[in-house]
Order: sequence, then structure tokens, then C-alpha cells
Amino acid sequence: MSFKRILTITAAVAVVGVALSGCATADPTAAPTATSAGPAIVIGSQAFSENEIIGEIYAQALEAGGYTVERKFNIGSREVYIPAIESGEVSLLPEYTGGLLQYFDTATTAKSAADIYAALPALLTPSGLSVLDQSTASDEDSYNVTKEFSDANNVKSLADLSALTIPLTVGGNSEMQTRPYGPDGLLSVYGVKVSFTAIEDYGGPLTVKALNDGAVQLADLYTSDPAITKNNFVTLTDPQNLMVANNVVALINTKVFPADATGIINAVNAKLTTAGLVQINTESAAGDSPATIAAKWLKENLIG
Amino acid sequence: MDWLSKNWMLVLDLSWVHVGLSIVPVIVGLAIALPLAWVSFRFKRVGRFLVPASGLLYTIPSLPMFIALPVILGTAILDPANLIVGLTIYAVALLVRQIVDALVSVSSDVRQASVAMGYSSWQRFWRVDLPLAGPVLLSGLRVVAVSTVSLVSIGSVIGVTSLGYLFLNGFKRGIPAEVLVGVIATVIIAFVFDGALVLLGRFLMPWTRRRTS
Amino acid sequence: MNFLMDALNWILDPALHQGSDSLGARIGEHLAYTFGAVIIGALIAIPLGIVVGHTKRGAALAVSFTGGLRALPSLGVLILIGLSVGIGFQAPLATFVIMAIPPLLSGTYAGIQAVNPLTVDAARAMGMTPLQVVFQVEVPLALPLIVAGMRSAILQVVATATLAAYVSGGALGVYIFSALARRDYPQMLAASMIVIVLAFVLEGIFALLQRLARPRGTVVLG
Repeated sequence: MSFKRILTITAAVAVVGVALSGCATADPTAAPTATSAGPAIVIGSQAFSENEIIGEIYAQALEAGGYTVERKFNIGSREVYIPAIESGEVSLLPEYTGGLLQYFDTATTAKSAADIYAALPALLTPSGLSVLDQSTASDEDSYNVTKEFSDANNVKSLADLSALTIPLTVGGNSEMQTRPYGPDGLLSVYGVKVSFTAIEDYGGPLTVKALNDGAVQLADLYTSDPAITKNNFVTLTDPQNLMVANNVVALINTKVFPADATGIINAVNAKLTTAGLVQINTESAAGDSPATIAAKWLKENLIG
Repeated sequence: MDWLSKNWMLVLDLSWVHVGLSIVPVIVGLAIALPLAWVSFRFKRVGRFLVPASGLLYTIPSLPMFIALPVILGTAILDPANLIVGLTIYAVALLVRQIVDALVSVSSDVRQASVAMGYSSWQRFWRVDLPLAGPVLLSGLRVVAVSTVSLVSIGSVIGVTSLGYLFLNGFKRGIPAEVLVGVIATVIIAFVFDGALVLLGRFLMPWTRRRTS
Repeated sequence: MNFLMDALNWILDPALHQGSDSLGARIGEHLAYTFGAVIIGALIAIPLGIVVGHTKRGAALAVSFTGGLRALPSLGVLILIGLSVGIGFQAPLATFVIMAIPPLLSGTYAGIQAVNPLTVDAARAMGMTPLQVVFQVEVPLALPLIVAGMRSAILQVVATATLAAYVSGGALGVYIFSALARRDYPQMLAASMIVIVLAFVLEGIFALLQRLARPRGTVVLG
């Protein structure tokens, strides 16, 4: 094949590609809307799939409402994305109330969903941030043990752990080590001394495997994780409220997020439930893409 | 491969991004390494410093390099520039030594003959030294291309999206198929790069084909 | 410069140097991975390289095999193995062995192959058995290239060992990954500089070893 021929083919492929992508963005069947001319709403997400899928649900709902959306998913943890939303680089993020409050006020004593939600505005307003309506869907960090460990040591609650004499190791992602509910909180609230093993998959398969294999005795898993019931893990109860309520909420930058779009996000959060989160995570573990899962959820809950 | 059938669009998109991130360091690296190697070869005193210095750069581990670069470049930590500059440094470091070695290996008889024919040193470099050093240069370029393609995925750890996204995402979601697809796609891109370089070598240096067959 | 000062302060913090997960222990883990993987890799790759180089059989296969291994992205391999064996040192070690094999194999193979065939013929003519030819002629003459292969294997693993922490395998990457999550730049910079210094020190030691490995009476190869 001559060099010239290769060039021609490459050029042809490029032209077709550009033409196709042009068609994809300019859907001829889409209803013309007045708002679509405005600047794009930049939606961010944390670096785990449940959060990305909620971000994708927000994105598709806004797009259905005629807004232009730009996705900046998988930004990372709060230390990374909070500065990004404060600067206006991101205008909307799916958040969790308890974790958000503890980020801004490490000394907070608020535990219940209502108290936490009420405490947020005073802390967020100075940074130009705000939260929209909170959802009933909650996804809390929780300490989990295997069924065998629970039965053998008669452990059902975090308070039961203090009676144990065996060394305990907790597995969780590395941020947990400095969070109030982490090893320090376990010691100060329940008097339980544990060592910590960082497992960087956010309660993912390695954390689950480590708990099953006995490499750790306690694992930080999210309550919306389908792996808890699948593996017969026992989520330890928390009588002293070490873990705070953590409801899904949309965090916005008030300067860049269009006020007339809040209704769309609030409508999504009104339909989102904890069972819905478990469902989302089950589909994600089965390999469906965030876009597919989000479209399905919207069809079942809002649009359909 | 149920996962692949559900997500092949994502794999395709990421593959293109991966290719883009890999091509730039190889080309820019070569463009920087050529003059540096020529200077090191012509002025032995400079070469005595430049060649070991580039060797030292090559020993810097990749992830630490990507993290340390913002201090020097003044970039943000999540800036893709850190990855591209870092990979370019590796390309330069490896190629400078390789090209100098190749130039040294050009027979001095040939060089003297070209001087006798009245070539200027500029002409001699482009028409005699570089073509004769070509095969060694090409083998260095192939090593650079393959290692660049595989190192690009490390960038996903510092927030630069590439096929490495599939490793981290598949890890968190517990889908080995997703990680495996990422590994295979990376290897395929590396092989395509390598094959393209071999073909380019045959096109630019037709005389090497005769020798090998 | 502030970042560098903060990084230095982080290294000098006495709390970092106490207990079972002190900086010293992390460096120890990093070195254990490096030498462990290279030793295991050498046990596999050097005999293989000697066989291929000596018999001249399977050379094409060996070249494409090492090329294929080189193209493997280390992070992907680590995660793939990590997902099947779980947390701990096994997945990182297995990954690093895979990373160490290509330079060791190609160094050994190239070294043996580069031995002058006349020298080998002379050794045979003197009545040496094939094993004597291998161990008294070919391997000693190939030693500088074998050590060069070890040197690049060490370099490869000392760099990649940073990733072990991603599957909870310890080593110096622990500081980098926990800092990346919290975006604690001074800590990730400090840990990165320690890894870089470690790589430089190992490189220096091996450059020296490589010089010592050259048999007396031979000239520099390449």
C-alpha cells in the first residue's frame, strides 16, 4: 500500500468520524429548547461508581430538561473535589450529608440526618456553596464482620468489641484513617483499639476478600453495598452513633449552577431511595455502564 | 467478555485518548534527543556530561517523577502535562544514549570518505551518520514507544484518564474482565506502535530489509 | 520551595520513625520486594537465557516473549493478580517478578550469544564438556551483560514497587497513595523523593558491580 493511499484512507476515516460525531451531538429529533444555549453545567463525581452513577442520573435528567452538561467524573476524594467546586471549575456534585459536614466541621456533634442537614448551610455559604433537598437514600460507612466472627465472639455491636482480647485490624480506604469515625473514633467512643490496613478500593472486592480471608477482622463497607448481604456479613450496630447519617444530597456552587435547574435535581433526589442505591450498585457490579444504569433508573422512576 | 460487549464504546474512547497521550512523548522526545545526541557526539566534553545525566534521569521511577514535576513546572497536580513531560523525559533520556552509541559505531572509514567527498558536517550528519545510525536509533525508538504506552496507564493514579481508568474502575467495582480488557487493549496499542515503527523503518531505510532477509 | 521544606519537615517528623510501620520499615519492604522479585526472576530467566543463548534455539520466541512482557502495563497486571489473591505481598511480588524477567532474560541471552564462536570452538577443541563450555567460558564472558540485565531489572522493580500499596502490599507507595487520597502534596513529594534517592543509590551500586563483573583480559562490550 502506498503512502499516499494510507493518507487518503486516514483522511476519509477522519472525515466520517467528524461527521458521525457531529450527528450525535445535533440530534435532529430533539425538541428545540431556549435554555440549551447557556453555558454547560459541569457535573463532577467522587471516584467510586455509585457516586458516578448518581452524577450520571443528574446529568441525564438535566439534559432531558434541555441543559447542556459537561461531565467531570472520578475527581477523587473531598480534599480534591471540594476546592474544585469552590473555584467554580465544577458546578454540581453528588454528595453525602454526614461526610460533607465532617469535612467542614471536624468537631461536629450532629448525628441525625435532620440535624446534619440543618447544620450544613451555615458552613457552606461562606464558600459560595449550597445543598439542594436531601434524599432519603442513605449510604453510610459501617463496620462489618463475617457471620462466623460474629457468632464465635458474640459480636453484634461496636460496643461488644471492647470485650475482645484478640488483636483487631480494620480494613478501609486510606482516608478512613484520618476520619472521625476511623480508628481514633473507635478508640475514643467505644474504647476499642484497632490497627488499620489501607485497602484502596473503597469497600470494593479486595476489602470484601480481605474480610472473608481473615486478613482483617473488621471492614468499612458502605451500607448500600450489595456485597454485605451476598457474603452474609454482619453490620455492627452503633449505639453511640459514631457513624453519622449520610444521605445523598446535591452540592452546588451557587454562582455557576443555574437556579432554574434546582427543580430537576430535587425531583431526582425525591425519588432516590436506599433500596435504589443497592439496585444501582448491583447493576454496576454486573458490568453495566453508568450511562446505561442511569438511563434505566430515570426511565423507571421519573421519565417513564 | 460480557463486560466488553456492554462497554466497548468506553474502551474505544479510552484507547484513542491513550494513543494520543503516548504519541506526543515519543515524537517530542525524538525531536529533543536528536540535537542533544549530535552535540554530545560532536563535542565530547559536553557528551561526557550529557550522556550520564540522561542515564540518571532514566533511573527516576515514574510515579514519583509525575508527582515531583509540578514543583518544577508549576503545574497543577492533576494536569496531564506532568504525565506528558515525564514520559518525554524518559524518551529523551533513553534515546540520547542510544543515538550517541549509534553515531559512535559508524565506521570512521565511511566518515572520512564523506569528508573527502566534500560533505559539510551538517550534510554528513543527515546523509551519512544518521542513515547509518538508523537501525540502532529505530530499535531505541521501539523500546521507548512500547514503554511509553505501558507507562501512560500509571497516569490514571494521578488523575490523567487513559486505559488505566479501566484498571482502577474495574478494581473498585470488582470486575476482573474490565481490568483484563484494559491490559489487552494496552498491549495491542503497544504492538501496533511497534509494528508501525518497523514499517516506517523499512520505508525510510529500504537497505536494512535486504540485509535481514 | 515551600513544598520542599514541608516535605523535608515530613521526613524529619519523629513520629514517622517509630513503630512497626516506620519509614525504615517501609524502605525495608521496598527493598525486600526489589531484591525478592529480582532473585526469583533471575532463577527463572537466567537458566532460560543460558539455554536459549547456548543452543541458539527458540531465540525468536524468547525475543517476542520478552517484548510481550515489556508491553504489559504493571498497574493492570498488579490489580488483576490482586483481585484473585487478595491483599498482602503475594500479588505485588508476582507482578514484580513478571516485570523483572524481560531485562534478565534478554541480558543473559544477549550476553551468551555475543560470546565469540571462535572462543567456544577453542574451548571445545581443548576437550571441555558442553557444561564446562557453558559455565567456564560462556557465562563468565557474558557476566557483564547479565549484571546489566540485573541492573535494569532492579531499576524496573524499585520503580514499580511503589504501586504495591495500591493492593495493600506496603512499601513506600503507602505514603504516596494515602497522600494522593487526601491531596497532601508535601507527603507525596517527600515519599517520591525517597523512592528516587533509593533508585539512585541502587543504580550506583550496580554500576560499580557491573564494572567489577568484567572478566580480566577482555575489552569493553558495547
